[in-house]
Amino acid sequence: MPGVFVLQETPEQSDFMSEALETIEEFVQSDYKYGFVSDIETETVPPGLNEDVVRLISEKKGEPEFLLEWRLKAFRHWQKMTEPKWPNVEYPEVNFQDIIYYAAPKKKKELASLDEVDPELRATFDKLGISLDEQKRLTGVAVDAVVDSVSVATTFRKELEKQGIIFCSFSEAVKDHPDLIQKHLGSVVPITDNFYAALNSAVFSDGSFCYIPKGVRCPMELSTYFRINAANTGQFERTLIVAEEGSYVSYLEGCTAPMRDENQLHAAVVEIVAMENAEVKYSTVQNWYPGDKNGKGGIYNFVTKRGICKGANSKISWTQVETGSAITWKYPSCILQGDNSIGEFYSVALTNNFQQADTGTKMVHIGKNTRSTIISKGISAGRGQNSYRGQVSIKKNAKNARNFSQCDSLLIGDRCGAHTFPYIDVQNTTGQVEHEASTSKVGEDQIFYLNQRGLETQDAVNMIVNGFCKEVFRELPMEFAVEAQKLLGVSLEGSVG
Amino acid sequence: MSNKLIEIKDLSASIDGKQILKGINLTVNEGEVHAIMGPNGSGKSTLGYVLSGRDGYDVDGGSVSYAGNDLIDMAPEERAREGLFLAFQYPVEIPGVNNTYFLRAAFNELRKHRGEEEMDAVDFLGVVKEKMKLLELPDGMMKRSVNEGFSGGEKKRNEIFQMAVLDPKLSVLDETDSGLDIDALKIVANGVNALRKPDNASIVITHYQRLLDYIVPDFVHVLSDGRIIKSGGKELALELEEKGYDWITNGEAVAA
Ligand SMILES: Nc1ncnc2c1ncn2[C@@H]1O[C@H](COP(=O)(O)OP(=O)(O)OP(=O)(O)O)[C@@H](O)[C@H]1O
Ligand SMILES: [Mg+2]
Repeated sequence: MPGVFVLQETPEQSDFMSEALETIEEFVQSDYKYGFVSDIETETVPPGLNEDVVRLISEKKGEPEFLLEWRLKAFRHWQKMTEPKWPNVEYPEVNFQDIIYYAAPKKKKELASLDEVDPELRATFDKLGISLDEQKRLTGVAVDAVVDSVSVATTFRKELEKQGIIFCSFSEAVKDHPDLIQKHLGSVVPITDNFYAALNSAVFSDGSFCYIPKGVRCPMELSTYFRINAANTGQFERTLIVAEEGSYVSYLEGCTAPMRDENQLHAAVVEIVAMENAEVKYSTVQNWYPGDKNGKGGIYNFVTKRGICKGANSKISWTQVETGSAITWKYPSCILQGDNSIGEFYSVALTNNFQQADTGTKMVHIGKNTRSTIISKGISAGRGQNSYRGQVSIKKNAKNARNFSQCDSLLIGDRCGAHTFPYIDVQNTTGQVEHEASTSKVGEDQIFYLNQRGLETQDAVNMIVNGFCKEVFRELPMEFAVEAQKLLGVSLEGSVG
Repeated sequence: MSNKLIEIKDLSASIDGKQILKGINLTVNEGEVHAIMGPNGSGKSTLGYVLSGRDGYDVDGGSVSYAGNDLIDMAPEERAREGLFLAFQYPVEIPGVNNTYFLRAAFNELRKHRGEEEMDAVDFLGVVKEKMKLLELPDGMMKRSVNEGFSGGEKKRNEIFQMAVLDPKLSVLDETDSGLDIDALKIVANGVNALRKPDNASIVITHYQRLLDYIVPDFVHVLSDGRIIKSGGKELALELEEKGYDWITNGEAVAA
């Protein structure tokens, strides 16, 4: 179902549906509870993109020369590129000259402590249910919050510093650890990688940086919270995680945006480097504004996420719960270079109303005995379109590489769609690739069974959907898993199969 | 003396415009067990679904009053919360949903409905343990997903286990005995008997007299082609076992 036309379809068309179908569909509408706009003074640059804007962003951030050069190289490359059209999503042409590439909450002076953060901003985070209060340390989550494009505050820094862990905004990292940035930035996702990665490299304004030194097990979950607030703003964060030999870190990412009629662009890049025996767990709960139930507004989420298992026995594991955005286009990937390294991808992607998602992963096996696991759960409701796109590539020297992929789709109602595009490329005969796929529907009989035990239809659907996602949820850190379940409930509010 | 729990009057119902129930009359008082027997396709399961409010089962006429309410107007979950329980002929699998979690959610819906506090996981485990003993269920079963991969007999046992936990006022057991081995049949029947109380009642749908040796009914009804064509005491079941249905259905044909 091509999205551009979908947007013009009128509700009257449901008249043609059978009555049974309507009872299913009448529920398919959800309300976005994070859709408030905060009244924070913002500083923006004028819309549009050219070399001057790139220079301006770099200057505003007081960046070293190497970074400006890097940005400019990316920008020049980006100008020669064209927007990719291969994802199974449709949307009107994005005019890149209409976008504001930099918006920062205006701050009066350098912040010395959390107490100095703008009260409005603090209130925003409270509404989001995340608190920057150090007192809430009990939750054991260190938070770096990025509003629009600028990182606002990072909690628990001191405590982490004691162990040599660096967890700060990207801009601070550029100032305080330029050598680390220069060494690793673009080493996993080069500026030439793809259209949106090149764009991000040219204009990224902030993000998070995380460095775990050799042999250190990070004692708490590190978390970044992204929020788009200003209108017509593109958000381009850059996250870089470096896990040195024998280290471990679990990293969480959450995101929300206010409800706006126009579409907003979000094009982030995340890079992960895992050295020998290091392990990185990266979990995302993505809840950008999905647009209203007629398909108006919502975030375009075009993200490049990639990790490299550089050293032997290293492990990178991506877990994502994608419930938001009008369009999601994202393939967290693993390059398994070190021998015996492990890549994992656990994904729940939900599309309701007019949402479209084309998501999946790439597992590139280079080293010997490398292993990868892909578990993808796609849920489509309303007129949502959900595509799994995954590539498993076993290179010539990847002796005894193994992959297991399982892609399950769950349909709620009759007007949504699920699609699977697996690509497999095996260049070493000792490689083993297993792919399983299934498509099922939330059955009327299942709902009735739960009704008969006293559950309301909506609760019944939530229960069935959560059951479907179990294998992914159990990969999430506990508090995130609970949040993910609730979020799924909210996103499905009213949807019935 | 005893109170009417459910009164079905001249109930007719159809599926997709095809009439299946053609005027059912049945009254069940508190404390009673009624058995419903009858040939395949006569409408026994349909009656269970109509009483529990399944979508697609349209009531065309008649009335059903249940514990003083007009049952037909109630949503399926409201009926359940008012203590109406259907043990399914074919219990449904819900992959990935933990059996205990599911049952606690159901249990708490009933409690909320009665204005009681929800029960936490720990206390609920106590309730579960006790009922598991009653039905001699293996521990592992509660850790598994609802009915997923259960054998036919295990599914049936799980239904009665749920019934034991939810403690309904009116249970409709739809061929709970089919698929059970001899030992399981005794366990399940003992379970059902243990749950009998002066203020609850059951409608037991079965094809076999054997079950009625264990769960002794107060009344036996024969359902044929959407109507109850004969009712009697428990000895009617024996007679049916011996002679089959022909003698009554023929008699009915003559009478009609
Ligand atoms: N969805 C449907 N569409 C059309 N006819 C149906 C449908 N469901 C059931 N029926 C018919 O309704 C009739 C009654 O079915 P029901 O399942 O109630 O019988 P039963 O007495 O329970 O039989 P059994 O002893 O085999 O369980 C049957 O003729 C059946 O084919
Ligand atoms: Mg039946």
